[in-house]
Amino acid sequence: MRNFFLVILTSIFICTNIFAAGEATKPLKVDWSFNGFFGKFDRAQLQRGYQVYKEVCASCHSMRYLSYRNLSEVGGPEFSIAEVKAIASSFQIKDGPNEDGEMFERNGLPKDRFVSPYPNEKAARAANGGAYPPDMSVLVKARAGGANYIYSVLMGYDEKPPSNMKIEEGVYYNKYMAGNKIRMSQPLVDGSVTYSDGTKPTVSQMSKDVTAFLTWTAEPHLEKRKRIGFKTILYLLIFSILVFLSMKKIWSRIETKM
Amino acid sequence: MSEINYKPSSAIGRWFDERLPLLTLFNGHLMQYPTPKNLNYWWTFGGILTFCLITQIITGIVLAMHYTAHADLAFSSVEHIMRDVNYGWLIRYIHANGASMFFLAVYIHIFRALFYGSYKSPREVIWILGILIYILMMAAAFMGYVLPWGQMSFWGATVITNLFSAIPLVGESVTQWLWGGYSVDNPTLTRFFSLHYLIPFLILGLVVLHIWALHVPGNNNPIGIDLKKDGSDTVSFHPYIVIKDLFALVIFMIVFAGFVFYAPNVLGHSDNYIPADPLVTPAHIVPEWYLLPFYAILRSVPDKLGGVVLMFGAIFILIALPWLDTSKVRSAIFRPIYRQFFWLLVLDVFVLGYMGAMPAEGTYLLIGRIATIYYFAHFLVVMPLLGFLEKTKPIPLSIADPIISGSGNFAAARKDKSAV
Repeated sequence: MRNFFLVILTSIFICTNIFAAGEATKPLKVDWSFNGFFGKFDRAQLQRGYQVYKEVCASCHSMRYLSYRNLSEVGGPEFSIAEVKAIASSFQIKDGPNEDGEMFERNGLPKDRFVSPYPNEKAARAANGGAYPPDMSVLVKARAGGANYIYSVLMGYDEKPPSNMKIEEGVYYNKYMAGNKIRMSQPLVDGSVTYSDGTKPTVSQMSKDVTAFLTWTAEPHLEKRKRIGFKTILYLLIFSILVFLSMKKIWSRIETKM
Repeated sequence: MSEINYKPSSAIGRWFDERLPLLTLFNGHLMQYPTPKNLNYWWTFGGILTFCLITQIITGIVLAMHYTAHADLAFSSVEHIMRDVNYGWLIRYIHANGASMFFLAVYIHIFRALFYGSYKSPREVIWILGILIYILMMAAAFMGYVLPWGQMSFWGATVITNLFSAIPLVGESVTQWLWGGYSVDNPTLTRFFSLHYLIPFLILGLVVLHIWALHVPGNNNPIGIDLKKDGSDTVSFHPYIVIKDLFALVIFMIVFAGFVFYAPNVLGHSDNYIPADPLVTPAHIVPEWYLLPFYAILRSVPDKLGGVVLMFGAIFILIALPWLDTSKVRSAIFRPIYRQFFWLLVLDVFVLGYMGAMPAEGTYLLIGRIATIYYFAHFLVVMPLLGFLEKTKPIPLSIADPIISGSGNFAAARKDKSAV
């Protein structure tokens, strides 16, 4: 069966060498705390990331599939219940109809979904020069390159476009964006937010924090998944040894006869 | 299969078995069934595939309890499964990656049959049933990929259903009939969901026939010879094959778990986490990896109808394989030239898969075309001719006895076997 793997390996090798094509700059690599077999989120980072999301991103980007209660759940930012109630109640939710048939506004509760900045896609486009800021719930999973890519785009505003590239009104040059053009102006500058834990709010720090937060929103059970995965694979490895030994014992009856 | 006198040991077992001989059936087919003693690990994929099918059915039934088949709600119901359903993320990731694992196993299973000539007389019907299962698997997988109603779901469905519009005269009507409207929309989604739930049970039925047909002549084996009648070449299915299949299955499950727990989205496309938008076409529409070779064949022909004919031809040609292969010798171990062509075909399918993932232009297209030509030449030219031209090696008379028909010795055959 050596042939089989040789064929696969050589074909992959040949293909990747002939066709190693790449136009857009490769995303930056970050050593995320949630990478690897035992990856975990950094709670403080997720809490800072939520702050960046809430104070900067949320003015244009919705987060439809999350509820405020998620912020207190295990494996996430793990805000306390009291903190989540306070966060939720800072938002106004349209509810109803009440017994008189009227819609009414009330303070948010942990069960409520994240309030979207715009009532619908048309309103979002109208407010953003025709561009639609994508929903951020699963954004990290919806982009090839994942967290590294999102982080890179946030960091990709520094450079000037090449002289031969025409940048239209309302479009910005971004080194890492596919096509190098983005309709979002640079969202983060040093000091965009003030962290209460004393962390210095540099562009890089805020980008990392919010990307970690978005990774959690896209994959809220990531920690549990990796934990169960490790146990499952360990179990299967031990089981495979036992089955292997049983198999050898059972087959020894046959092989001695041969 | 030889008839075995079997009596259940318990009184209640005997009482039941006299009225419905289920226990006799299980005993005959899952315990006593005589199996060649020289089967290697490439033969364990039949059991692994059964496991895959059962896993897909069980996880699929649970997912269907929480999924909403509606164009406006499908995407958010999948997110509901991923976030709020207890272990919904695990069940969905098993189901999504399970499809890939299913195809990985089926491709190994098919190539194993190609290498050892398992499709040849008297096993043609097993082979044809297997190809029918494979075709249904592709249909089920394609429709399943549409259900999350992401961008790739929608555009994949659009591309594939549009293929039917290439049929002369009735193409457009057929396509609209498939869609249930004038484009891929809610009626398409609901019928795909219905069929996606139906097909696995059709597959299950065909699997029963596949195994039934297998148990008539019995398994082929690495040497590819008919077994001796006295049973000296065989072992009973239980415990020998059961334990070996179990060991292979556990190893397979470790790979499976690696994907589910540590790279659950690596085999999917990131665009499918963007909700379907009929107004925005993705830059590259690509099917799932297991359909890429056929996608490459489709795109290698500049004419739409020609591409569709060739793509379906690439699948249906396999049905004729038992008659295209003119060689009397089953196993490639004794076919030195066929063996080289076999590995060339494996390489060819990998190349086709790679070209299917790349944009259809320039060098990619050219290589895709060459690979397409070889794919058909392998089955239509190489296999029929080799039967006449190839000088095969001497074949042993039985698995147990190191006696070779004609000249040569068994040691040579064994050496060849270990080199595979």
